[in-house]
Amino acid sequence: MSVVARGLSHVYGELRSLDSIELDARPGEVVALVGPSGCGKSTLLEIACGLREPSAGTIAVEGDTDAAGRLSHCAYMPQSDLLLPWFSALDNAALALRNRGLGRAAARAQAGELFDRFGLGGFEGARPQELSGGMRQRVAFLRTLVAGKPVLLLDEPFASLDAISRAEMQEWLAGALLADGRTVLLVSHDLEEALYLADRVLVLSARPGRVVKELRAPDPRASDRDGAVTDPAFVAAREAALRALHAGAGRGGPERVGLPDEEAR
Amino acid sequence: MNRRVVLGWILPVLVIAALIGLWQIAASTGAVAEALNLEPFLVPSPAEVGDALWTNRSVLWENTWVTLREILIGLAAGIVAGIALAVAMRFSRLLRDAIFPLSVAVQAVPVVVIAPILVVWFGFGIWVKVIVVALACFFPILVNTLDGLRSVDPEAVKMMRTLDASPAAIFGRVEAPTALPYFFSGAKIAVAVAPIVALFAELAGSNAGLMRLIVQDNANLEIADMFAAATILAVIGVLLVGLTALAQRLVVTWR
Repeated sequence: MSVVARGLSHVYGELRSLDSIELDARPGEVVALVGPSGCGKSTLLEIACGLREPSAGTIAVEGDTDAAGRLSHCAYMPQSDLLLPWFSALDNAALALRNRGLGRAAARAQAGELFDRFGLGGFEGARPQELSGGMRQRVAFLRTLVAGKPVLLLDEPFASLDAISRAEMQEWLAGALLADGRTVLLVSHDLEEALYLADRVLVLSARPGRVVKELRAPDPRASDRDGAVTDPAFVAAREAALRALHAGAGRGGPERVGLPDEEAR
Repeated sequence: MNRRVVLGWILPVLVIAALIGLWQIAASTGAVAEALNLEPFLVPSPAEVGDALWTNRSVLWENTWVTLREILIGLAAGIVAGIALAVAMRFSRLLRDAIFPLSVAVQAVPVVVIAPILVVWFGFGIWVKVIVVALACFFPILVNTLDGLRSVDPEAVKMMRTLDASPAAIFGRVEAPTALPYFFSGAKIAVAVAPIVALFAELAGSNAGLMRLIVQDNANLEIADMFAAATILAVIGVLLVGLTALAQRLVVTWR
């Protein structure tokens, strides 16, 4: 198993954000986490990559349970692309290599090999602010991929894009994942995106996030996205996920912990 | 020629030229002196100022060089100290808590008070002025650079950590570039303050420099010579601000 979580909970101040999460991701598997906003999806990713510690339960990435070990196996692509405006697209993509002490020329050469394949050829020297939203996301993904970690954590990678570019980018990401298999935890609030990109979809309830349903995607990362998402099996899975999502959202409200009067209610 | 060149360069030059022209007419006809009820020699025309600049060029240059050195060495020392302390305070909370109130206190004591004391201690040479200029310049640099270092996006730091960045790599690739525009804001203030402070320090006691020259000319009612020194100071001021803005544009290319 690549990522294993057992009874994972997280309490943020007085807010319980994650509740007894059970998660298994096999090597090369794409697992999507969907849920209402504020259900702790992003927190789960931050815990997975060792930026946070769980309040209870355990999580292991590639067998390592300590934060430093988890950090060494995970590459994290945050919600906003967070490209550094003072670096070119190429230097942004090569960041992980530079951070590990590789020389500038060697790091650039290694990251530059992927630019053509990712439809970024010719934009190596462009500053992030000169790129379109979709291209920025591709550079951010490239930066995550170049880090060479076995586990990728993608936090709503295309949330900032319009519907059309989002569909295009999903198709592109599906292709990229086919060409370069990694274990992926994908956080999304878009069911279609989750069911199209992932092998399995975990539906989380409202805060505190708990897995309320697990679905197997009918045709993960199909080459014909439009065909795949209109397929009856896909539509049925989507409906099942939607029902689970709505039922889970009903759990509702910020649940507090450790307050006696709340407990008694 | 595009609109920006016209508005950015030609227009201000025309305004200055027009003002000099008006002043030339008003002074050479004696209109200003008459209006102020003064002897005409007390109101020199731009032509007379230009003449003074040329005639006294060796004295002016000698004293300009003294004042310019005070400004530049003081600025350099203030900038280096400001950056060094800001970086040190970024890495040591203890140091920040210990030193920051002191730097505020030092900043709060006016130059007019510090300079005479330092003159008593260190004499009339250039170094008192250098110290005073450095003290005045270091604070805006420190405060702005520190602000910049603290305005780093915590998400970017997290992202860097998952990309195996050491604290040094995070500093060099994220924190320092984030702080650069802030540093330049501080540098612009420092550069504007430095000449004023240098002149104040010269006033407190000196044997050379433009301010000493001005005081001397004032005593002798050499008004044209005073204007000549003032012109040089204006040029120094404009150059310092202009060069700082240029440096900012060359370094901070992403804004």
